[in-house]
Amino acid sequence: MKLSEIIKELALTIQSAAGRLDREVTGGYASDLLSDVMAHSKEGDIWVTIQGHPNVVAIATLRDLAGIILANGRQPDAETVQRAEEEGVPILCTLLPTFDVVGRLHRLGIHGKD
Amino acid sequence: MEKKELMWDYEIEGKDFRNAGRVSSKVKDILKELGFDPDFVRRVAIASYEAEMNVVCHADKGTLHFAILPQALQIVVKDRGPGIPDIELAMQEGYSTAPPEIREMGFGAGMGLSNMKKNADELHIVSTVGQGTVVEMVMRSPRSRQGSA
Repeated sequence: MKLSEIIKELALTIQSAAGRLDREVTGGYASDLLSDVMAHSKEGDIWVTIQGHPNVVAIATLRDLAGIILANGRQPDAETVQRAEEEGVPILCTLLPTFDVVGRLHRLGIHGKD
Repeated sequence: MEKKELMWDYEIEGKDFRNAGRVSSKVKDILKELGFDPDFVRRVAIASYEAEMNVVCHADKGTLHFAILPQALQIVVKDRGPGIPDIELAMQEGYSTAPPEIREMGFGAGMGLSNMKKNADELHIVSTVGQGTVVEMVMRSPRSRQGSA
């Protein structure tokens, strides 16, 4: 499923890299511990977290993630948005908590480890 | 790549969370550009990121030296910092000495050294308390796909 379709289905707001929403999302991972995401996420994953500081962009870039969903009404720092624009990492926001974001992604056919 | 050794050196600033991860991104970009196997690049990126973040989280400053040798890739991260009193304990997954404000950012999960160990073929740590730490990682590589730089 394309990132743009997920954005539509979950009514996410786009905070950065609006030109990079055409990418195929091949899986998902949810965690707020950066080393955990580093170790266990996969290329093409959508990452659900509540961390909005600039280091999330570094993780997404290093792991070639499809995008980041900031759950629970969290907003990215201004610097996070700037870094994400530079690196072409889509950051998407929602009021839904992580648990519900993941539930909805599952229903759309986006899974973790298959 | 016969006989040619390629090496790079980068500085890492302690507590500079703004630029944290940039060195590892450069390492990754270089390897990607040289055509290394994506899975190998992924392993190097994880190991390098964790070593870089340890300097950012714990040390005053450090350097990352990264070399493509004929048979392997070598990463040496040296820092001036508090050192590790008990390396065996520090290697245990979940053990961390990161302060609370760093943990709130999602660092300090106690997974850094174990992520390095899992992704590197060799991991050597030499540390002197009150002076600093040297971490050397060796990753035996599938050759560069294009075979030259």
